[in-house]
Amino acid sequence: MMKKFSPVIEWFTLLFCTGTVLLFLIAILWDLISRGWSSLSWEFITALPSDGMTKGGILPAITGTVILTLLTALLAVPLGISCAIYLNEYAKDGWLTRLIRASIRNLSGVPSIIYGLFGLALFVQGFRMGTSMLAAGFTLGLLSLPYIISTTEEALRRIPASTREAALGVGATQFESIRDVVLPSALPGILTGIVLTLSRAAGETAPILFTGVAFYINGSSGYLNQEFMALPYHLYMLSTQHQAIEQVRPLAYGTALVLVMVVFLLNLTAFYIRYKYRNNE
Amino acid sequence: MKLAAREAIDRFVKILFRTTGLLVIGILGGIFIMLLWNTVSFFLHIKPLDFFTANQWNPGGHHASYGILPLMVSTSLVTLGAMLIAIPLGIGTAAFMSEYASKRLRNILKPMIEMLAAVPSVAIGFLGIVIVGPEIAKLTHQANGLNALNGAVLLAIMALPTIITVTEDALQALPSTYREASYSVGANRWQTLRKVIIPSAAPGIIAAIMLGVGRAIGETMTVLMATGNASAFPKGFFHSVRTITATIAIEMGEVPYQTTHYYALFAIAAVLFIITLLVNLAGEYFVNRYRKYQAA
Repeated sequence: MMKKFSPVIEWFTLLFCTGTVLLFLIAILWDLISRGWSSLSWEFITALPSDGMTKGGILPAITGTVILTLLTALLAVPLGISCAIYLNEYAKDGWLTRLIRASIRNLSGVPSIIYGLFGLALFVQGFRMGTSMLAAGFTLGLLSLPYIISTTEEALRRIPASTREAALGVGATQFESIRDVVLPSALPGILTGIVLTLSRAAGETAPILFTGVAFYINGSSGYLNQEFMALPYHLYMLSTQHQAIEQVRPLAYGTALVLVMVVFLLNLTAFYIRYKYRNNE
Repeated sequence: MKLAAREAIDRFVKILFRTTGLLVIGILGGIFIMLLWNTVSFFLHIKPLDFFTANQWNPGGHHASYGILPLMVSTSLVTLGAMLIAIPLGIGTAAFMSEYASKRLRNILKPMIEMLAAVPSVAIGFLGIVIVGPEIAKLTHQANGLNALNGAVLLAIMALPTIITVTEDALQALPSTYREASYSVGANRWQTLRKVIIPSAAPGIIAAIMLGVGRAIGETMTVLMATGNASAFPKGFFHSVRTITATIAIEMGEVPYQTTHYYALFAIAAVLFIITLLVNLAGEYFVNRYRKYQAA
């Protein structure tokens, strides 16, 4: 009896699980595209918001997110690569190295809202940056740091030891071998990790809540020492806090679609780098 | 350049690299000290016993009450619901990808799972408001669907990619001799999956669940947008709840610095930090266990 139905149950269970997961993805994309597409226009991405956010575009939110992501990279990329080089090229297996690795693993599990609190305490209050683009960008930089370190280290680990030995053999110092031989060979892997990490940072909201994001900036934005608008926060405000929520729903859909497109575009870039690199091997 | 100069640069750079390594410890230590310092300041005003046992979170009222219990119950409820959805779906999907799907199909499914993981949490929260909420309202005949169930569904979507990826890794790491031994005694593929593969990969699957739980507990924007944030003590899946993360997000923006209320938000953040730390450590322990199997 059970034997007879076993293959039916088997395939039904597994296809049901996989199908449901895919359905989530398809439902998300379908809803955003079908209801957000009509909101997209040249004006929507190049104009300032107007009439109490019920009309106009989202240009300041787009530029805000772009500059914020660049600041994130400015902090996280040099520190992350440098730490990864230390761990993979210099560090010996001792208690200190193990402590550094344990810290990195734990940092990548710390909830993003706690990074927000840390950014508030360290950058906004401690370094007296105030609620500003700079404070928020650096907060996202700290959040991104553990991911950059682990992806860079993985890229470095894939370079065979013989490559380093060849450089040392012709008289290079260890730093010269890293700078001229190891890093260039690991570059595609490092870049993939950076782009993926930045795409995650661009969509983060919780860490910038208390460190400088604002719903509306009067006049021009983009100053590092001032508050700023950002796509994810804009979507949050339009969909939960606006006084005419139903009226601004099309704008919220448009913002959501632009945000998801930015994130997916960054992801595609990373996939492309990885793909091209694999083919070159 | 002279050799002496090149060697000097080499030594200098080594120190520079090492400093950034130490900086990472400093950041984790900084987060820890910040939480500890503010929590101690909070406990100078409020007794720890009241914090952990009072069943009301009402910092604004005349008789301010700082009980973490309703927030803990809310967070647990939403996380539990998310795991009830995500664990079976995640393991089923991972098993399908690892044991049943052809290599070509797997190469299509993997990027799709990665795409799901890339959707920002605020966009998932938005879809909770415009799709999941109205559907729940229709099914339960409520005014709106902003409740614990909505949050659980969304958190399940966010935890699924983690659970699927780590579980699939664990299944792939099993040596093929396990499968061959099972087939050779006459078991079919389904029996092999249930009686051999999943039990042997258990440490990896537990690790996947732990990492998924860690992701769900710490998530802010989706629960903030989809669960209604009522401050009353949570009554069940069909009622509005307010998690630890949502409480911090809502109240930190409005509270004056260095007040009891301000310190209280750091205290609940400290509790959140410790919970996620323990969950992630447990996950790491199980990852190491299945790595050891693999090496043996």
